[in-house]
Amino acid sequence: MAIVAQTTRRSRISRATLAWIVGLLFFFPIFWMVLTSFKTDADAVKPEFLIWFTPTLENYANMTENYDYWRFATNSVITSVFATVFALAVGIPCAYAMAFRPSRATKDVLMWMLSTKMLPAAAVLYPMTFLTKGLGLYDTHFIVIMVLMLINLPIVVWMLFTYFKEIPKEIIEAGQMDGVNTFGEIREILIPLAWGGIASTALLCFIFSWNEAYWTVRLTTTEAATLSKLIEGNRAPEGLFFGRLSAVSAAAVGPIVVLGWFCQKQLVQGLTFGAVK
Amino acid sequence: MGRIQLENVTKSFGETQVIPPLDLSIEDGEFAVFVGPSGCGKSTLLRLIAGLEETTSGRVLIDDEDVTLVSPSKRGLSMVFQTYALYPHMTVRKNIAFPMRMAGLSEAEQNKRIMAAADSLNLTDYLDRKPGQLSGGQRQRVAIGRAIVRDPKAFLFDEPLSNLDAALRVGMRIEITEMHTRMGTTMIYVTHDQVEAMTMADKIVVLQAGVIEQVGSPLDLYRAPRNLFVAGFIGSPKMNFIEGDEAAKRGAQTIGIRPEHIDVVDSGPWTGTVGVAEHLGSDTFFHIHGTGLADILTVRAVGDVQMSHGDTIHLCPREGDIHRFDAAGLRLS
Repeated sequence: MAIVAQTTRRSRISRATLAWIVGLLFFFPIFWMVLTSFKTDADAVKPEFLIWFTPTLENYANMTENYDYWRFATNSVITSVFATVFALAVGIPCAYAMAFRPSRATKDVLMWMLSTKMLPAAAVLYPMTFLTKGLGLYDTHFIVIMVLMLINLPIVVWMLFTYFKEIPKEIIEAGQMDGVNTFGEIREILIPLAWGGIASTALLCFIFSWNEAYWTVRLTTTEAATLSKLIEGNRAPEGLFFGRLSAVSAAAVGPIVVLGWFCQKQLVQGLTFGAVK
Repeated sequence: MGRIQLENVTKSFGETQVIPPLDLSIEDGEFAVFVGPSGCGKSTLLRLIAGLEETTSGRVLIDDEDVTLVSPSKRGLSMVFQTYALYPHMTVRKNIAFPMRMAGLSEAEQNKRIMAAADSLNLTDYLDRKPGQLSGGQRQRVAIGRAIVRDPKAFLFDEPLSNLDAALRVGMRIEITEMHTRMGTTMIYVTHDQVEAMTMADKIVVLQAGVIEQVGSPLDLYRAPRNLFVAGFIGSPKMNFIEGDEAAKRGAQTIGIRPEHIDVVDSGPWTGTVGVAEHLGSDTFFHIHGTGLADILTVRAVGDVQMSHGDTIHLCPREGDIHRFDAAGLRLS
């Protein structure tokens, strides 16, 4: 017995150590970025100031004064929020239909949706650019929201579908027998029951939209530019402005990290088990 | 009113036809029970009436109105599911109020009906609990409460008692029967348990592989089963079937005799050895071997008859209660 207990304890310690190492490994770039953001551009590249340096807020002050950080941040909030809301507005009825009124094509539709994620974005770059410019939608909130919504829709539908499948079919049928129409079923039964799943889907969609850089960088210049564009704008091939770049990056990922932190429990719960059974 | 008719209804899932063309009529106020082994299509039939499944062809009529294409929510029927299907996020009160709220009833009327239903179903103390905090029996009462408050044309029960333990099942069976007597509303009840069917029904519909084998009152089915399947399905313990000389002597391919129609006598035409003897106090069931009639013959003797394994037993069938069937398994009159 003693031997078993000891082995378990030892394996638990080694597992914890391993987890810490992996965790720190993942955290290190973020830590380094935050650290660098407090260095001047000159200090940032000097090896002697690797850890020990005189911290400065210059980069952050510079960012808000010269680059209009708040406008980019506002754009990020607007586009991510609306993209998420629209994705849910389309995704919930869609996933409902596939989960509770499946047809023979449901599986294929799901696969097809996922397959759109396999298409390299670069393949449609030119058509997209010409189209948006031709339609006069270039650098507008509308196009950014639409693109963010559409690229996240397959994942949103897929995730919601999985959550909805967890809800016993009889409960939806009971709703039908009780005189509810389809809209009522979604509002009165489905949404309250799948609330955890919907929240984590929304959160994930928001995070993806916030972090999206390929299209937001390419379809905007100033008006609808998001924080990704701000980071991109501060990138210099010479690598001279590491301090400034780090500050911008830290300020861009900051809000989402905080949001993720607060919603951690919800997210993990939503991603691991159904809320109903 | 609640007269339900099925005209030439069929149902197929893909290539498989689960309900071949079928006609059935359930009169207003009747308690109809669909009974049959699992997979016989009885639940599908109920769901076709509810509108939860679409008919492949044929018509469903409620009070002479064609509802084949009407959605379940507009058919005016209530359903109680095997798994109760309560809304887990709502309290008992809200669960019961739900169909009334959807129908747009006034708050006062809703409360009145909730209280009446809760009172008759002994749920008054549980109105503010969530379904998760209730026992199986209580959940089933809530499901019934939710069904009665909307004053439906007919109630549909889909094996509502099969998730309950035996004692509770008997109690609920009586409550549902009493409810039917009190309300007089049409009820259609699906079960695989022939005892439930016999004790509750005005009309039993015996189904096998989607085909109606016989429709009739419980005692009609007991006294004059139309074929071997119904004869074997209705009655507990099962009817004994005997082929060979004994059957030929009576001009049949197969004869059937229920265990309660064979008397244990001191000397009689049939002799065998007692296998298992089940002493219930009120009755004794003997499983008898070596009669040369059937592998095992089941006999029901009234009271406690003291015989045990290995004893020789003499039996005498009551001639008037012997059922005769032809080679196709149909009853000979």
